[in-house]
Amino acid sequence: MNDSPPSPLVQIQEITKKFGGVTAVDRVSLDILRGELFAILGSSGCGKTTLLRLLAGFEEPTSGRILIDGVDMTDVPPYERPVNLMFQSYALFPHMTVAQNVAYGLKKERVPAGKIRERVAEMLAMVKLEALAGRMPEKLSGGEKQRVALARALVKRPKLLLLDEPMAALDKKLREHTRFELASLQYQLGTTFVVVTHDQSEAMMLASRIAVMAEGRIAQVGAPGEVYEFPANRYVASFVGNINLFEGRVTGVETGRLSLHCEALGADLSVMSDEAIAPGSAACIAVRPEKITISRQAPESKDRNIIKGTVWDLAYFGDQSLYRVRLKSGTELQVSAQNLRRSAKLTVEWDDEVYLSWEIASTILLRS
Amino acid sequence: MTDETPNNGLRTQRWLRRAVTLPYLWLLLFFLAPFLIILKISVADPIVAQPPFTPLLEWGAQGLAGLKATFENYAYLFVDGYYGIIYLSSLKMAAIGTLLCLLLGYPMAYYIARQPPRRRQILLMAVILPFWISFLLRVYAWIGLLNNRGVINEFLLWLGVIDHPLPMLYNDFAVYLGIVYSYLPFMILPLYANLERHDHDLLDAAADLGARRWQGFIDVTLPLSVPGIIGGCLLVFIPAVGEFTIPALLGGADTLMIGRVLWDEFFINRDWPVASAVSVVLLLLLVVPILWFQRLQRREQELGR
Repeated sequence: MNDSPPSPLVQIQEITKKFGGVTAVDRVSLDILRGELFAILGSSGCGKTTLLRLLAGFEEPTSGRILIDGVDMTDVPPYERPVNLMFQSYALFPHMTVAQNVAYGLKKERVPAGKIRERVAEMLAMVKLEALAGRMPEKLSGGEKQRVALARALVKRPKLLLLDEPMAALDKKLREHTRFELASLQYQLGTTFVVVTHDQSEAMMLASRIAVMAEGRIAQVGAPGEVYEFPANRYVASFVGNINLFEGRVTGVETGRLSLHCEALGADLSVMSDEAIAPGSAACIAVRPEKITISRQAPESKDRNIIKGTVWDLAYFGDQSLYRVRLKSGTELQVSAQNLRRSAKLTVEWDDEVYLSWEIASTILLRS
Repeated sequence: MTDETPNNGLRTQRWLRRAVTLPYLWLLLFFLAPFLIILKISVADPIVAQPPFTPLLEWGAQGLAGLKATFENYAYLFVDGYYGIIYLSSLKMAAIGTLLCLLLGYPMAYYIARQPPRRRQILLMAVILPFWISFLLRVYAWIGLLNNRGVINEFLLWLGVIDHPLPMLYNDFAVYLGIVYSYLPFMILPLYANLERHDHDLLDAAADLGARRWQGFIDVTLPLSVPGIIGGCLLVFIPAVGEFTIPALLGGADTLMIGRVLWDEFFINRDWPVASAVSVVLLLLLVVPILWFQRLQRREQELGR
């Protein structure tokens, strides 16, 4: 194995894109590694599609630059970039057959006809569409269209494949199946994929790393686990997964640990942190629903935050149950619990007085 | 999907069928009936009388005595080379006029289709605006412009670019100009309707796959706009073949177009049977492109659903 860290395939350097007075992408810097399946996650209008179009070359940056494989792409038009894009609409040419669609990029590259036939057949076999080579796109199902679009983008063997909301047009069941197929295809080919999506579970499942975007900026970059368990700020914490968020005030500082008072919870909590925060300053506390244990008996209190409340609402899903627990202060907390024991009766029911507890280490501290 | 829908559907169908008969009634009254009259006249003999042709049905004392039809008028059209030349010349002039409309109209439609929606509306309005003035008046206006003492010649003479007025009126040039001017909107509108629906992602996809802008146009935009091109061309070509006003007002003595011949046969020679035969043959010539146009429209509608 090579010891040097893998060199980034894509280097996005301080890139900004303005449309009139609107800044769609705001000083974004990002490295995407070779062979990575990278996801750009954000709600609509966060600038993720603009960033993708900048990578593909459909938009010119207002400032900053993009390097692909060390080459500055600023003056390279889309048709000369080693990048292919799979469009959200798939954008299949309606007047060409499946095979002609896939062959188009190779024709433009002036690949000899025999070679084109070979590579198109190979690509269609890879996405299991050999039987449909002669079909027109209008006669294909959504999933088939998506695979044609994928084959058409991959047949040119790009260094970088961009996928704009690849699952958005598929129904739920197909979507889950296709995620696995896409991930395994990426693994087989080793091509660098950048997936743009608004669906956090899609990003988490597919990607080796995720960049969360908000208002044209990168809010956080990290592995799915990092982004989920160690969100960098309130936006990421609440955008990725469910979370309980509270404002608090620092009351005490020990080594590696902070004590806070939360008005909304009517309780004092502890958080692991090495940060030097002056007592009295405001901070935000967060905890994920699945980290909270719900019980009718008082739990062990060592290294745990504990508060009391009443079960206000309950949703039973079979594998797990979701609780809304209302505290005396009126604040509600979401708790999810795996139903580990086989039992028709739940251990915690509506209106039960319950203890909520979670490890101090599971408590997230977010600076405002 | 429930049990009652078939019944309901049938009722709607019956209602629909009744509604559909209305346009047929219209066609029957205003197209088929006049056509049958023309057809009838075309197989009659010319006579000096009122009306100037022999009746189709001969009535005797006991009612219907016989049917009198002749194909001499048609035979005359074929024997006399003059008409063949005029048909060909009409087709040629209409074809060239159509081509000019296409070359001019395509870029215009393309440009309009790529404007932001508000500007599109304004530009389309500008295309349609000339229809608010009588067609005859607009063609007359060209006489004032193209005349030897017209605005253009006077201006060029004043500039000193030319010493003698350019002969721009009463020749084929003026007829082509008139056809392009009059029929351009019929080319632009169907082309626009087609181009406006194009998905811009397709051009991005072509560029992404290695096509330069002009290649994207050739590979994607052009083939996808073929229905619009055919539609526009037929809308210009079909009426242009039988055009009367433009060659009559702007054309010269040597401008051969079937519309003028028709006029002459009807009103100068007063040979209604031959004139009718001329128009029946003209219609037959145009039936092929008309049917083609209808088939195309049906297919477009199916695709549009």
